[in-house]
Amino acid sequence: MSHRELSAARARERATELKSYITGFILALVLTLIPFGLLAFTQLSRMALFCTIGLCALLQVVVHFRFFLHITLARNKREDLQLILFTTLILAIMCGGTLWILFNLYTRMLPGMIP
Amino acid sequence: MNHLSDLLLGRLGRDALPFWEMLKDPTTSSIINGIIATGAAAMVILGALVVAGLLTWYGKWKILWRDWLTSPDHKKIGIMFIIIAMVMLLRAVIEAAIMRAQQALGLGGGFLSPEHFGQLFTTHGTIMIFFMAMPFLTGVINHVMPLQIGARDLSFPVMNTVSLGLTAAGAALVMVSLVLAPFSTGGWSGYPPFTESAVNPGAGVDYWIWAVTLSTLSSTLTGINFAVTIYKKRTRGMNLMRMPLFCWVSLCTAILMIFGMPPLTVATALLALDRYLDFHFFTADLGGNMMNYINLFWAFGHPEVYILILPAFGIYSEIFANFSGKQLYGYTTLVIATMAIAVLSFTVWLHHFFTMGQSAHVNAVFGIATMLIGIPTGVKIYDWMLTMYRGRVRFSIPMVYALGFLMLFTLGGLSGIILATPSVDYQVHNSLFLVAHFHNMLIPGLLFGMLAAYNYWFPKAFGFRLEERWGYRAAFSWIIGFMLAFFPLYALGLLGMPRRTVTFFTPAYLPWTLAAGLGALVILFAVYCLIMQLWQSVRLRQENATPIGDPWDGRSLEWATPAPPPEYNFPVLPEVYSHDPFTEQKSGGRAYQRPERYADITMPANTAMGVITAVTGFLMAFGLTWYMWWLVIASGAVALIAVIARGYARNTTRVIPAAEVQRTHERWLDDVARTTPVTRDHEHTRANRGLAVPPEQGAIQ
Amino acid sequence: MSTQPSRHPGLNLGEPHAEAHSANEEFVFGFWVFMMSDFIIFGLLFATYATMLGGQAGGPGPDELFELRGAFIETMLLLVSSFTFGMASLALKYREDRKWLIIWLLISLVLGVAFIGHELLDFHRMFDKGGVPSRSGFLSAFFALVPLHGLHVTAACIWLIALLGQIAVHGLDHGVKISLTRLAILWHFLDIVWIGIFSLVYLGGLA
Ligand code: HEM
Ligand SMILES: [Cu+2]
Repeated sequence: MSHRELSAARARERATELKSYITGFILALVLTLIPFGLLAFTQLSRMALFCTIGLCALLQVVVHFRFFLHITLARNKREDLQLILFTTLILAIMCGGTLWILFNLYTRMLPGMIP
Repeated sequence: MNHLSDLLLGRLGRDALPFWEMLKDPTTSSIINGIIATGAAAMVILGALVVAGLLTWYGKWKILWRDWLTSPDHKKIGIMFIIIAMVMLLRAVIEAAIMRAQQALGLGGGFLSPEHFGQLFTTHGTIMIFFMAMPFLTGVINHVMPLQIGARDLSFPVMNTVSLGLTAAGAALVMVSLVLAPFSTGGWSGYPPFTESAVNPGAGVDYWIWAVTLSTLSSTLTGINFAVTIYKKRTRGMNLMRMPLFCWVSLCTAILMIFGMPPLTVATALLALDRYLDFHFFTADLGGNMMNYINLFWAFGHPEVYILILPAFGIYSEIFANFSGKQLYGYTTLVIATMAIAVLSFTVWLHHFFTMGQSAHVNAVFGIATMLIGIPTGVKIYDWMLTMYRGRVRFSIPMVYALGFLMLFTLGGLSGIILATPSVDYQVHNSLFLVAHFHNMLIPGLLFGMLAAYNYWFPKAFGFRLEERWGYRAAFSWIIGFMLAFFPLYALGLLGMPRRTVTFFTPAYLPWTLAAGLGALVILFAVYCLIMQLWQSVRLRQENATPIGDPWDGRSLEWATPAPPPEYNFPVLPEVYSHDPFTEQKSGGRAYQRPERYADITMPANTAMGVITAVTGFLMAFGLTWYMWWLVIASGAVALIAVIARGYARNTTRVIPAAEVQRTHERWLDDVARTTPVTRDHEHTRANRGLAVPPEQGAIQ
Repeated sequence: MSTQPSRHPGLNLGEPHAEAHSANEEFVFGFWVFMMSDFIIFGLLFATYATMLGGQAGGPGPDELFELRGAFIETMLLLVSSFTFGMASLALKYREDRKWLIIWLLISLVLGVAFIGHELLDFHRMFDKGGVPSRSGFLSAFFALVPLHGLHVTAACIWLIALLGQIAVHGLDHGVKISLTRLAILWHFLDIVWIGIFSLVYLGGLA
């Protein structure tokens, strides 16, 4: 409730953090508009579309982590960063493995399930 | 009227009673099976009544509520987890013995119906994994790990009670399924489409789904709690590489729980969607694909087996070091090996379905990954042996279990390497060879570890040693019984006997099933010895008391506290300068010292959240199983309100004044001064009051 | 950025909030671990969805069911709400200004509810076109993945309402601050999951 006056240092900190959110928002917006725009208004090939969609999504995930969740590579002694990297590893193993196994099974037994 | 009862009871009807079938259609088979099922149900009801009666008779309800059910103390929660585990162990062993009896008599018949046999192996497997092993290891870690890292409690004590509540609800659900039958017949892995409603419309599979789901949620929360505790709550100087190895395995187990449980949550949730809302994930029609389930299930299943094994590895590490009077050999390699196992265990799940039809190169990759796990495991075996090498080995009960483990587990591991070869697996897949293999890992690797931990830390938890004559009998009977009961299964598997077989028509199997049946009898005797041991110990609790708290000349911080430790564990949080801090304190003459000053200690206050979770969780699962929608909605609403209301609670802590801490601590220090220390030669005598003669320099390397 | 090293993911409250700041180290880390576990659930549902894409069993597919417009509106609602929640966090951190904090929180809440409402509308349209989960494996996978995200958003909204109540009762005490820090993480996290959903499910399905 108290409406404290900010010291100069706090005011500076606030400005940088505000800038971080704004930068993040603009970047995320651009990275959303690109794939939606390409899909809605251009005639790119499917492959090209998939690649841009995937790339923009990956970049946007990084943007969210960096600017909204304040996770950066620079700060050391960060269990949470290690945790994200470990999670990414496990996700890659589990999801990659799942896709590999199941599509391999499909090619051998259920070609109808391949989209 | 009929309509009302449908609304109230859902699909629960008279035919859920275990003797209904027998009354409706009395044949020899239905009568035998009915009597067995009714006996089991009667035992559940009787057991509950006896416990309630005893509590009332001795007027202990209030103490139960205040000191146990609502206590956020990690030590008590750990003990309650272990009690659940032991009760469930008893049931699952009895079921195993019945199955062994059936197969011993099973040439061309036997006495059980296939339906009944199916329920037996399903409940046995489900209980052993989710309601025996998981609560047991969770309880041991809960009790010991905070003491070892010098913490007062876990990071989230209330969440800890919630975890306990979820496990209790799941266990209760499995128990109730004996009274209001049936349980699933789909095995502990619950493969669709057999478990889909098209084939199995009854309540059994739903019981299984919700019991397993409750247990999974519990373990996920537990894993988070353990991991955060180890990261954030270590005492001063306890950096990661100074932690006892048991804390390292706790951390790796926690990580496996956090990342390994979600695939099972997904698998059972999708199966539930199929069954309740007519989704088509795993159905045989409309674009469903049961191979997805098998993949998801084992993406959980393999990390799970390392959740089961790793804590025991940590326990054995403590035990080998302690009872050899030596520092653990190769600490760093053990840490690295543990972490390597934890990561590798996420990369091998396909070895559970080599035969599903994928290409040979896929099988080869996962087969090789599987064999790689043998390397860090081998490192561990050597480290343990070298820990004993030139030590003064004391053959205490935990050590007997540990040595039994060392030999039997190596054999089991070798059969695992055999199974990891896809071409061999094609021959023995789904045979009793596999059953022999995984029991060969789980009984020495998990159960012996837990029993060793029980013997090792019991004096810490309760302040008296366990009786030893029955203890040795139990340990040796377990080892012998295990060998007799399971080595024959390797032969049976190679002879081609499939797992989950109720009857067989090949006379060549008979000698082996008889031998295995004999082994089951020895195991039953071992369980009897365990019960006698506990009974004798309680009787002799004064004679075997070790109130000072260090009966085995321990090395890590938990032994530096009284037995049982006060709820805040340490009057002043200790500072650590090396491995084996307590050994160092003792040999430097710095153990049992008065701190310069005492401070107030803030501890979490009691909370009913665990009990609320248990009750609402159970009722919700029960309602879902029997389609009592009002019950589901009501208990869900109560749970939601409780969670939201909990957010409004403030003042959730309790302060223990410094004066009280000081009084308690000084009383204990006075006891220490009055107690005669014992040497290791008198460890097993009544002279052992829990104070060790400071170690001679020669005993430490 | 901030002068002190960060103690946990999300906005660190910093020294002026000493009590909440130090408690947050443990609480927020715990919540973060929970989020990672949840991430695995979503990841597996994404993978399952991909493997079920071919299981349409002659029923309607992505082309017939999905609409770019709806997905775009939902994406924007969530993205803007992520930003407004960030503003709420800043209001909490720097001015402890109850008025602005509540305004930003209410805006985020409205956006969240609008998202859920719009998503439900979308599902309704799909149902009308025969896109019900019992129709095919593909639709089952869709209706497990996307509504699970929606359920998370619903839970986050309920939590937010409960927190507004707590602010009314207790003011901005450290319990509220800790909860707000965690809710912020959940909120941003759900937006990240949504990136996956609009990219893989909607854009991928319509490409
Ligand atoms: C105490 C001695 C034990 C005995 C005598 C025993 C006996 C059995 C038997 C007879 C079966 C059925 C085998 C078949 O399919 O034909 C079985 C299955 C199983 N047991 Fe045990 N068991 C014991 C301990 C354990 C322990 C400690 C665990 C795990 C911690 C365990 C986990 C399982 C599992 C997961 C199955 C598979 C259930 C299924 O087929 O779905 N058992 N056991
Ligand atoms: Cu495995």
